[in-house]
Amino acid sequence: MSDTSAMVILIAAVFTNNILLSNFLGMCSFIACSSQVETALGLGTAVTFVMTLTAMINYAIYHFVLAPLQLGHLQFIVFIAVIAAFVQLVEMIVERFSPKLYFALGIFLPLITVNCAILGASLFAIIRNYTFVQTVGFGFGAGLGWLVAIVLMAGLQQKMRYGDVPKPFAGVPVAMIITCVMAMAFMGFAGMVTIQ
Amino acid sequence: MALYLNAALVFGSLAAVLAIGLIIAERFLVNYGICKLDINAGEEPLEVEGGQTLLSALYSNEIFIPSACGGKGSCGHCKITVTSGGGPVLPTETPFLTRGELRSDMRLACQVKIREDIFVRIPSDLLNVKLFDASVESVRELTYDMRQVRFKLNDPDEMIQRPGQYVQIEAPSPEGPVFRAYSISSPAYESNVAEVMVRLIPGGIGSTYIHNLQEGDPVTWTGPYGEFYLNEDLDTEIVCVGGGAGMAPMKNIIYSLYDKQPDRVCWLFFGCRTTKDIFYLEEFKALAEKHPNFNLIYALSDELAEGEQWDGETGFVHLAVDKHLEPNIDRQAFLCGPPLMIDAVMRVLEDKGLAEEDIFYDKF
Repeated sequence: MSDTSAMVILIAAVFTNNILLSNFLGMCSFIACSSQVETALGLGTAVTFVMTLTAMINYAIYHFVLAPLQLGHLQFIVFIAVIAAFVQLVEMIVERFSPKLYFALGIFLPLITVNCAILGASLFAIIRNYTFVQTVGFGFGAGLGWLVAIVLMAGLQQKMRYGDVPKPFAGVPVAMIITCVMAMAFMGFAGMVTIQ
Repeated sequence: MALYLNAALVFGSLAAVLAIGLIIAERFLVNYGICKLDINAGEEPLEVEGGQTLLSALYSNEIFIPSACGGKGSCGHCKITVTSGGGPVLPTETPFLTRGELRSDMRLACQVKIREDIFVRIPSDLLNVKLFDASVESVRELTYDMRQVRFKLNDPDEMIQRPGQYVQIEAPSPEGPVFRAYSISSPAYESNVAEVMVRLIPGGIGSTYIHNLQEGDPVTWTGPYGEFYLNEDLDTEIVCVGGGAGMAPMKNIIYSLYDKQPDRVCWLFFGCRTTKDIFYLEEFKALAEKHPNFNLIYALSDELAEGEQWDGETGFVHLAVDKHLEPNIDRQAFLCGPPLMIDAVMRVLEDKGLAEEDIFYDKF
């Protein structure tokens, strides 16, 4: 896998191997924060930022500290600590520069910490033996893919308000069905490139 | 062994590095410096630390805005006008603000964060609100679930109040102190005591706290708040309608009134369920004997129990109001009680020719 260019990995992470739609990671905030395109865009941007940078830092920590010391098993706890610290930083930045977004995201901003897509991206980069440049491409691509998915979802949800959804399906159930259809649509990209 | 040591060392130093990074970031990102807080376009604006909420900045400068939830944005009491420097209205505020309030720059003081020089308008009444240290002087059981608690003021030892105003008593809760509003029932001329009337609500934070107070216990509150203004024109009749604990402001209004103007015409309508809920009847009867223009009507809404004697009104209190008041007389009315009662009494009073601005009410 080490010869795939970072650009290809980036594109693949957005479309063919969308972390949300093919791995179903990060579903919680995807379902909960997708009622407004604006909020979804804000959260998506925050997730992309955190994902790219934490993938880079975690790559460095794993390959330069944990692996040489045979502490690979510590990766989960170490990665989560890095992510948590980063989310704190993002929280400060968002609160300073966009208080409106800060309050719109509410609890979901600190909850990026436990967004499994972010930990997933860091771990995938390690498991798949990416180089540093590939990791950057993958982290950014996976974040972008998550952003694309949540923004599409928010757009659909906004339209859904005028739709006549059967009562038992209103709310989360229909959101799950939409996600499912979206995932199937994204399967159309499969085969173009594979990065598994 | 070395493996464990390494693991602890690596994780520990990583955590330290992250913590230091965050502290540095906080220095730069969350530091807003000293901001100016201008109240009512005053000449000397206050200088406050940026980054805190408007409510706590005002609180630390001894300006007490009413707030029941302790700044969590769940009671919606701390509305003040922010003319500039408040930033955009936040989603946490919109549920509490009407369109008119939004247009007139009303904000929730507990949600507005001070990030720059800020200009606010505060009614002069609120600038007189103080923080009081008091202690329980006496406790009296009024009924099976209603208590009257009398506080002696310690610091400051005098409170200037208008009849019908309320105080916000600080009550401890598992999530930090909260404030609960209670009308002052002691008359305005007793300026170094304050008395409240509290019905025990099962599970209620404020009422449980106050019902458990013993003689000598220390209490803190801020006050007085409220927009009741007593009309001092001798020819205007005063109508007081209270239900349950809504008696508190009425007692204050009536005693304050007869202290100054012994010949004023005043009506007191008090609504409760059964004879067990009746209180103050003897005191008011004595007052009515001294002041013939004081009319006292108690109404019981439930059926009398077997063998009970009752010579007052029966049925809901608004029916009693309808029965006793002649229409089209100059009147001012004060209503305090449950929302349904207030709405019913309002309709009756408007039928009797009272203008909306002459009716003061407090629904709870």
